[in-house]
Amino acid sequence: MTGAMTAPLLEVRDLQTHFHTRAGVVKAVDGVSFTLQPGQIIGLVGESGSGKTVTGFSLLGLVDPPGRIVGGSIRLDGQEMVGMAPDALRRLRGRRISMVFQDPSTTLNPVLTIGRQMVLALQAHEPMSAAAARDRSAAMLGRVGIPDARARLDAYPHEFSGGMRQRVAIAIAMAHSPGVIVADEPTTALDVSIQAQILHEMRALARESGTALIWISHDLATVSSMAERLLVMYAGRLVEEGPTASVLRDPRHPYTRGLLDSLPATARPGQLLNQIPGTTPSLLALPPGCPFAPRCGRATQRCSDDPPFVREPPRAFRCHHPLERVA
Amino acid sequence: MWGGSAILPSPVALRCPAQRGYEGPVEAALITRESRTPMTGYVIQRCLQAVVVMFAMSVIVFVGVYAVGNPMDVLIPLDAPQDVRAFIIERFGLDRPLWEQYLIFLGNVAQGDFGRSFVYATPVLDLILSRLPATLELTLAAVLGATLIGVPLGIWAGYRPDAISSKSIMAVSILGFSVPTFWVGLILILTFAVYLGWLPAGGRGPTVEVAGVAWSFLTPEGLTHLLLPAVNLALFKLAMMIRLARAGTREIMLTDTIKFARAAGLSEATIVRHHVLKLIAVPIVTVFGLELGSTLAFAVVTETIFSWPGLGKLIIDSITSLDRPVMVAYLILVAVLFVTINLVIDLTYAALDPRIARGHAA
Amino acid sequence: MSAASTPLGRFWADFRESRVAVAALVVVVAIVLLAVAAPLIAPQNPYDLGGLSLLDARRPPGHVGSGGYIHVLGTDAQGRDLLSAILYGLQISVQIGLMAGCVALAAGAALGVTAAYAGGMVETVVMRIVDLQLSFPAILLALVLVALLGQGKAQLVTALVAAQYAYFARTAYGAATAERRKDYIEAATATPLSRRRIVFRHLLPNCMPPLIVVATVQIANSISLEATLSFLGLGLPVTEPSLGMLIANGFVYMMSGRYWISVYPGIALIVLIVAINLVGDQIRDQLNPRLRR
Repeated sequence: MTGAMTAPLLEVRDLQTHFHTRAGVVKAVDGVSFTLQPGQIIGLVGESGSGKTVTGFSLLGLVDPPGRIVGGSIRLDGQEMVGMAPDALRRLRGRRISMVFQDPSTTLNPVLTIGRQMVLALQAHEPMSAAAARDRSAAMLGRVGIPDARARLDAYPHEFSGGMRQRVAIAIAMAHSPGVIVADEPTTALDVSIQAQILHEMRALARESGTALIWISHDLATVSSMAERLLVMYAGRLVEEGPTASVLRDPRHPYTRGLLDSLPATARPGQLLNQIPGTTPSLLALPPGCPFAPRCGRATQRCSDDPPFVREPPRAFRCHHPLERVA
Repeated sequence: MWGGSAILPSPVALRCPAQRGYEGPVEAALITRESRTPMTGYVIQRCLQAVVVMFAMSVIVFVGVYAVGNPMDVLIPLDAPQDVRAFIIERFGLDRPLWEQYLIFLGNVAQGDFGRSFVYATPVLDLILSRLPATLELTLAAVLGATLIGVPLGIWAGYRPDAISSKSIMAVSILGFSVPTFWVGLILILTFAVYLGWLPAGGRGPTVEVAGVAWSFLTPEGLTHLLLPAVNLALFKLAMMIRLARAGTREIMLTDTIKFARAAGLSEATIVRHHVLKLIAVPIVTVFGLELGSTLAFAVVTETIFSWPGLGKLIIDSITSLDRPVMVAYLILVAVLFVTINLVIDLTYAALDPRIARGHAA
Repeated sequence: MSAASTPLGRFWADFRESRVAVAALVVVVAIVLLAVAAPLIAPQNPYDLGGLSLLDARRPPGHVGSGGYIHVLGTDAQGRDLLSAILYGLQISVQIGLMAGCVALAAGAALGVTAAYAGGMVETVVMRIVDLQLSFPAILLALVLVALLGQGKAQLVTALVAAQYAYFARTAYGAATAERRKDYIEAATATPLSRRRIVFRHLLPNCMPPLIVVATVQIANSISLEATLSFLGLGLPVTEPSLGMLIANGFVYMMSGRYWISVYPGIALIVLIVAINLVGDQIRDQLNPRLRR
């Protein structure tokens, strides 16, 4: 919040994650920088292909080949994570930084009980007896709102509903009270009615335990209700950033404006929904300069040069022709 | 050979309605039909199916063997005197309509009477039962060996697909299932029996009676006789197990489950031991059971080459000498065996995959 | 890197990357060509019993026979030049493998796709039968059929087809079931196209990839199975010596050191089968979406 004085929990500088495929190099994340304060909730927004999920994976060092972090720095509590030894990285994962995935039916192992999966997560970082681990697990399940937790430890994932499964995943992610949790579209695969519930609960949990949250989503509406700061990504780059309310009220980047305009809520009844013309570019064949230029109504010759990252604290944007400030 | 590298052995295919030819073994094994039937319903359903199948098989075998060609020529040795002819005709009802013959046949089978072998003049059932232990011994040795060696090798090859050891394992596995079994048998005999003289070239070793049955692996000399044929028979299964375990492991390692486990900070060793092994158990056990049956059938070739006195040799001999009662009995028994094995697999499957055992959540 | 424009072009470009697979493909093509050209290049016709002389029997490689030419690979027990016998034997193997594979493919695929498209009772009954057959070992089936039908090329192919069509049927069914649910089939049914047209022009081509994978495996299997049956004496008649029979005939001489009669045909057989399997492996890896990078 006003944590400019405290040292940032997570500092990402010029992160670059590239995929060396046979068809060419895909720059999934191309120079992303941001900071995260302790206890802060930020939202990472973008369409599919914008690089937001890969950014999340990069933060945990879980990028699968042929992808690799090829440049930049990720500092967690001052520790540099890029280039860290695999074993050291493993010790950080789950303990200081963890992740919740999109689809809980694939992240939980269908042939192991919930209890076993939680105990494994607990014992990964802390030596503890089986009995103690079970107690901790039951407590954690209770915290995420699963009734009759102790009995449920011996149940299998398929015996839970989607929302419950995601709660279990959240419990596992929070097992060691990490400083930051990366949540990659955790509500997208759930029923609409459950989505709001999980959202609400995650925010409460995060506030309660002082955990910072990086909420990755393509859905501007959900993110806005959660996050204090908004980061907008396009084609692997950060194009806009700032406090949520400010960005929503007063977008500076044309893409953000386009996203906001295309929300059904902003349309007038009877009017055709707005759309950003064109489609997301293939990351294999990006034009030089601003990647949004082909779809941008404000593009000029200048846009074939990389736009500079302009900082006007607390806002920042990457555009040659930003929208005018609204008061 | 059958089933090959790309395609899963059939019964795993049986369990996935939407399987494409190249679906990974684990996904295929875990996609089961949506079923809300509780455990007992599932068991009963499978048992009933087994019974139906056995009946169907009996009809097929009966029609196939008895109806092709004149049954009288089939059952009555050509040189039988008139009264023996008349007796057999009466006994088997050969002058009755086909369906009556089938019923007589079923009745006889139920009593364990398959007639007498033309060649050995002993009751067929006795003949088959006397040869069964030898084949069982060989098959069990081969399949156990193949699984115990093949699965760990395959998991390693799937876990570290780019290591040199993995690539060599895969290269050897290609040879394993490409080279025809009879060829391997020949080479084994040539190398170990003829040139090196370490192991006997054929036959079964001395036996020891356990539980009323004669087993040869309990004697050291029996083991030396068992070794080469078992290796011969095991080679193909070994290659299959390696490839199956590797495909399964590779597929599992790319799933979100493993990613999530890594995100939680589990060590690689823990992940393999708890997640991978448990996930891969289902298809492996399924295949193990199936291959048991299929290997039993395949022992035909190995037994011929190594002169191993088992069922396989019996069936080959009976085919070449047209000893039809033996052929019929063999087929029926094999059918019964297969159906039983399938049933056991189905039940084991239910025990292993919690989603079948417990039913689905509301 | 220039992106090839057609799917086939791209497939071939990817295929080329694996040197092993390309080498295997070359071997397969070479063997097929040799097999086809056998009557032209073989120094002797092994089927012509009149041209054989027992004086040439069991001669080692390099021996000059009564025909005046060198027996590069030696001769067998009947005096047949082994090289010629192997070439003709390869011809038989390739013939049988291709025939059995193609017929099984056609029959099985048609059955599977039809079952998937027809739905209802037809689908259940057909697939139950197919499943039943799948759990029965192919060799047993082939053995019994050959025993019942007698010896000869047609009978052998029939037996092989009967033992293998079920794999194609099951694969085609699985693929068709998955495709059937896709939108483009729904769209096609909305048009005036006949059902048969939809099945053959739209559904079937998209089921091809897994079928091709099965086909390569099954062709290798057919060749292997035919050799095994011949080895057991239940395959082709003695007058048409296939590789399996050559190996069987040479078995007894192995103990006395006349290894070439069995070994060389065996090597030829193995090379063919391994090469086909390597090619099939590569095709399968490339067509597997799950392993796509």
